[in-house]
Amino acid sequence: MTSTSAVDEIVKSEYEHGFTTEIVSDTFPPGLNEDVVRAISARKGEPTFMTEWRLKAYRHWLTMTEPEWAAVHYPKIDFQSISYFSAPKRSEDAPKSLDEIDPILLETYQKLGIPLEEQKVLAGIAVDAVFDSVSVATTFRKSLAEAGVIFCSISEAVHDYSDLIKQHLGSVVPHTDNYYACLNAAVFSDGTFVYVPKGVRCPMELSTYFRINARNTGQFERTLIIAEEGAYVSYLEGCTAPQRDENQLHAAVVELIVMADAEIKYSTVQNWYPGDAQGKGGIYNFVTKRGDCRGDRAKISWTQVETGSAITWKYPSCLLRGEGAIGEFYSVAVTKGCQQADTGTKMIHIGKNTRSTIVSKGISAGKGQQTYRGLVRIGQRAEGARNHTQCDSLLIGDQCSANTVPYIEVKHPSANMEHEATTSKISDDQLFYCRSRGLTEEDAVSMIVNGFCKEVFNELPMEFAVEAQKLLSISLEGAVG
Amino acid sequence: MLVVNGLRANVGEKEILKGLNFTVAAGEIHAIMGPNGSGKSTLAHVLSGREGYTVTAGTATFNGQNLLTLEPEQRAQLGLFLAFQYPVELPGVNNTYFLKAALNSIRKSRGEAELDAVSFLRLIKEKLKILHLDDSLLKRAVNAGFSGGEKKRNEIFQMALLEPKLAILDETDSGLDIDALRVVADGVNALRSSERSMIVVTHYQRLLDYIQPDYVHVLAKGQIIRSGGKELALELEEKGYGWIDAEGQAA
Repeated sequence: MTSTSAVDEIVKSEYEHGFTTEIVSDTFPPGLNEDVVRAISARKGEPTFMTEWRLKAYRHWLTMTEPEWAAVHYPKIDFQSISYFSAPKRSEDAPKSLDEIDPILLETYQKLGIPLEEQKVLAGIAVDAVFDSVSVATTFRKSLAEAGVIFCSISEAVHDYSDLIKQHLGSVVPHTDNYYACLNAAVFSDGTFVYVPKGVRCPMELSTYFRINARNTGQFERTLIIAEEGAYVSYLEGCTAPQRDENQLHAAVVELIVMADAEIKYSTVQNWYPGDAQGKGGIYNFVTKRGDCRGDRAKISWTQVETGSAITWKYPSCLLRGEGAIGEFYSVAVTKGCQQADTGTKMIHIGKNTRSTIVSKGISAGKGQQTYRGLVRIGQRAEGARNHTQCDSLLIGDQCSANTVPYIEVKHPSANMEHEATTSKISDDQLFYCRSRGLTEEDAVSMIVNGFCKEVFNELPMEFAVEAQKLLSISLEGAVG
Repeated sequence: MLVVNGLRANVGEKEILKGLNFTVAAGEIHAIMGPNGSGKSTLAHVLSGREGYTVTAGTATFNGQNLLTLEPEQRAQLGLFLAFQYPVELPGVNNTYFLKAALNSIRKSRGEAELDAVSFLRLIKEKLKILHLDDSLLKRAVNAGFSGGEKKRNEIFQMALLEPKLAILDETDSGLDIDALRVVADGVNALRSSERSMIVVTHYQRLLDYIQPDYVHVLAKGQIIRSGGKELALELEEKGYGWIDAEGQAA
């Protein structure tokens, strides 16, 4: 968790695998070519199969073009101006104290009630003291190991569980899937690997927060979670506190594999830097998330609260192959200032009697632009498939916009589809009603917005839900009036 | 407690209130009656601080404070309460949570300690008992999917909980059948005290059979054209608003 320990780890891993590298500096010079891909792989001490895997992806990426169909606008990205590998910062480069940190960021930390020591870590300050959470993490790992659950970084998994990686990595999101997923396959920096064996219910909610070396995984994160038959795991990603990040482009890939009677619950709270008032400097978040329900009655539940990033391009999806498989998508997305989001889900019904539920709550304020884009496809063999979609948009102010773009493809006559969509504004009546009961305008807005999002917050693990509510209130401060 | 003096107010260019004068002392109940469009609801809204009205002249002071420059929440914090003619739905906002936030916001503004969940729940149970309400409405979202009667009862429940010094009931009787009307009136009567004043705005005399006012004012075309005791309401019921109109025009 501390930058020193992260650096130690890198140093240690280099020593362990005994390789040397020609590149001396911590950060590669900008640019991308086969040598860079090889160098990343070498730097991480990867086995040959992994290097080849990356190269194959890179070569395919060269043949692809950047997608432009999403309803987001940004200057063209120069992929040759990006550095594709950066070791965790050394402590001497990091800010020395909270005095050097953007006061607005600190204000947010205080509002969220984050302890001082944690604020320092989030702000990227070198901390010498050993954290409680480090020891907590160690304890957690022990009880996970007892249950047979593997929870480690994807780099570790490439070494220690190469059979699982060979078998599953890229099996849900192949490198040919889309431009950003392909780029990720070529250059992914690190990420998380979770394996829950047959019949095991993971004894705790897993969170990257508890993984010591999860920080600084960089801009191309890769996550793979496998739940064997009858297994269950709940995974929390992200953090309500805005994290300082030097990288503008983020292109992550998340793959979930769920066997028969197994369930993965994947919750995300994303609060990356949205840019300044003009929208400058914010994070571009182009993510591919997909889960594959391979067995009968397999279940995937995506829950996301997205309040950060300048641009979000994200469609967590479910492939419902097994008979009676279930896919769920619960989403709250907030766009304010100059933020743009094109987000939604894909529910691909392949097996018989598969069911899916989509609840999407979009909130736009300021000049925020938001598009819900969702695909529900009922295949030829998906007899008795059912989908319920509910898309609600809430507008605050008169300069924001919200669009809903549902794609529905039904190829079986027995399918049962429901689609509800609403767009509403926080009405003056509602505000006046709350205020006449003694609540300030800001409290009123926050209360109405949280009420609007309730169905989604109900799906979040308890502590996360409380934090998400707080986060939402802070995000929308000053949005009205 | 409330002194209204020469109050004039516009909606857009149109003058709705044309110079109102009346005084409500502590513990008094005043009924404001009048035909549709006479300015009854406008008066309720202007006093509680709703946007969309421009006060062009006159004053309204509440316990010595100028009401008209205050935000709606500040008026509520001083002890003013408006029971809405059309209570607003807040989907997803739990009624108990809403009331706790409202009460604590008011307590905070007065420098009182905020109530914790346990003491709040105790208070809420006590108030339900006084009003003979069951606790099912506590678990629901504020007014969402409530029947007309439930909404009005919820307003009175909020009033009981927030313990205002001055409550304005804006056509609380509208849309209620006789049974619901009695429940609401019983609630209001249970909250009568020598400390608490009320302004009951109504179109019909009916409500005043259950809530006995100390004074009745008749509003027509933005002016109080007649004030009197509770017998004025009965006279009005008998003769209709036409009688007042005719008298008003004659005058």
